[in-house]
Amino acid sequence: MSGAGPAALSVRGAAKRFGAVVALDGVDIEARRGEVLALLGDNGAGKSTLIKCITGVHRMDSGTVEMDGVAVDVGSPAAARALGIETVYQDLALFDNLDPAANFYAGREMTTPRWLPRGLRLVRRRAMVEATVAVLRRLEVGVADVNTPVGLMSGGQRQAVAVARAAAFATNVVILDEPTAALGVRESRHVLDLILRLRAEGHAIIVVSHAMDHVMEIADRAVVLRRGRTVGELIPRPENKEQIVSLIVGGNG
Amino acid sequence: MASDATERDAYPGESPARHGAAAPPAAADLKWPAGYRPKGAGPGSNGTPPSGAPAPGPRRNLAGLGLGALRVGPALMLLVVVLVAGALSPVFFTTRNLGNVLSQTAVIAILALAQLLVIVTRGIDLSVGSTLALSAVVGALIFGSMGSGPLVILAMLATGTAVGAVNGAVLVWGRLPHPFIMTLAMLSIARGLALWLSGGQPISGMPEVIQQIGGGSIGWFPYSAFLVLGLALVTLLLTRVMVWGRWIFAVGGNRDAARRAAIPVNGVIVSVYVISGLAAGIAAVVNAGRLNGGSPTFGELAELDAIAAVVIGGASFHGGRGHVGNALVGALMIGVIRNAMNLLDVNAFLQPIVIGVVIVLAVELDVLRERLEERLRVLQAAHS
Repeated sequence: MSGAGPAALSVRGAAKRFGAVVALDGVDIEARRGEVLALLGDNGAGKSTLIKCITGVHRMDSGTVEMDGVAVDVGSPAAARALGIETVYQDLALFDNLDPAANFYAGREMTTPRWLPRGLRLVRRRAMVEATVAVLRRLEVGVADVNTPVGLMSGGQRQAVAVARAAAFATNVVILDEPTAALGVRESRHVLDLILRLRAEGHAIIVVSHAMDHVMEIADRAVVLRRGRTVGELIPRPENKEQIVSLIVGGNG
Repeated sequence: MASDATERDAYPGESPARHGAAAPPAAADLKWPAGYRPKGAGPGSNGTPPSGAPAPGPRRNLAGLGLGALRVGPALMLLVVVLVAGALSPVFFTTRNLGNVLSQTAVIAILALAQLLVIVTRGIDLSVGSTLALSAVVGALIFGSMGSGPLVILAMLATGTAVGAVNGAVLVWGRLPHPFIMTLAMLSIARGLALWLSGGQPISGMPEVIQQIGGGSIGWFPYSAFLVLGLALVTLLLTRVMVWGRWIFAVGGNRDAARRAAIPVNGVIVSVYVISGLAAGIAAVVNAGRLNGGSPTFGELAELDAIAAVVIGGASFHGGRGHVGNALVGALMIGVIRNAMNLLDVNAFLQPIVIGVVIVLAVELDVLRERLEERLRVLQAAHS
């Protein structure tokens, strides 16, 4: 199950406790380029905590994060972003009052001149809009008008904009937390296609999802967590769906 | 100002199927992935709306049109108010009266420009009226002991800025639950300081420069109106062209997302209160110059005028939305209504009632706009 080179992202021995509650108890995962890794588990299994440790929201009590075999320090969301890790949060973290370009570049605006403090620099609005349009086009995200505030878009379009934003800036890993949870059938289809397109572009992708059908379809590997431990790692196939479900809920069936 | 609003109205009538026509050339050949083809985008697509219902296109256009009208609503309302005032009073359109309106509105307008920035971040600054009084009193005291014009101006601006800095710093680093509380406290503190420093008495006398800024004019056009225009232009540039301007809209739109996007949220919040304080200092210069002195009673209820102007101008208390031009329009609306009622000899007690009704009307328009936007989203979702 080991890839050719070192994994784009690997977490070893991740442990995290909140007071008396052990959220993570020595979890190992690897995400490889051009591959979708599904992170499965029941509520409270530790998926979200693990994601938050990788994206710098939480700090692990012990354990290491390596990127391409080199140990890195993910101390803050900004640090994670600087390492090329982009996250699509379940709440999307979009600015409803702003258009897609402003959403893409919030906090990392294209600016000039460089010698000024960041807040005082001038924005290069046209350049940002053009780059945004190019990304939306590359990922085949249909947006009626790039000047529309995202708050006026449908749920699927908003999700697509959030995924495209992550894809635009992720140089290493894209993490998606429940990307289809709030969507209808057709909109889910579109987001799944988008994820497959990101995989084809060679991103390493980690997806947290409860939707087994979607996992079966897009995931190349699945890691199952239960009570903060890794209880299984396998390749999802229609034949072993039952097995995955029983791993998730625990017991023998 | 108004053109700013119309420019953003391009989208409501646009259907996804026609997006190529409106989007930049680079997007002209956007492709729809399989299974995501918008209804009506190609032959053979069968629309979801029931056969009896009107096609979505025209309905969206109608909603879009209504939305466009509501976006320029404040400017239209001002136009109506001005025309009515002119029709009812022959004096209204005389240059002398117009100059009067402008110079009377200057203080509200200056405060409103800064209040807009605060409200865009989802905040509020109730202390600006008291800060104005404190700044004017400090200026008058310094003029009494030293007498240099530039020094007095500097003292007024510094006083306002310092008050704003305290507001922002205590709000953010004292972790107060809401800016209402900090600035309400400051409303009391600054007014008290002004009364204490002045012994409760007006202090007369201001340097010539300040008298000119507050009361002078070129022909009939008051200097203070030039000052307002200049400040409006600066505010427009700050919000439209500068990174900081994008940050205040981001912070007002979604504070958590702004944090996760590594925007310096605390700094942005402190900065708008500092600017609001500075604006109160500038307004103090105008007010003190016009009345040739500083009094602890200056600026009473001015904070409410400023907030009213911003709200009439269509900014949202939910943050993230507001236009510099519309805030000016709101300030002018208040000024024109007061002036017209004075000219028409309307009982002075009626004025606050009318202003109150105008506020409700304007916000009602805003509610309507939000409804329409929601409706548009539903139509669009059903459409794609």
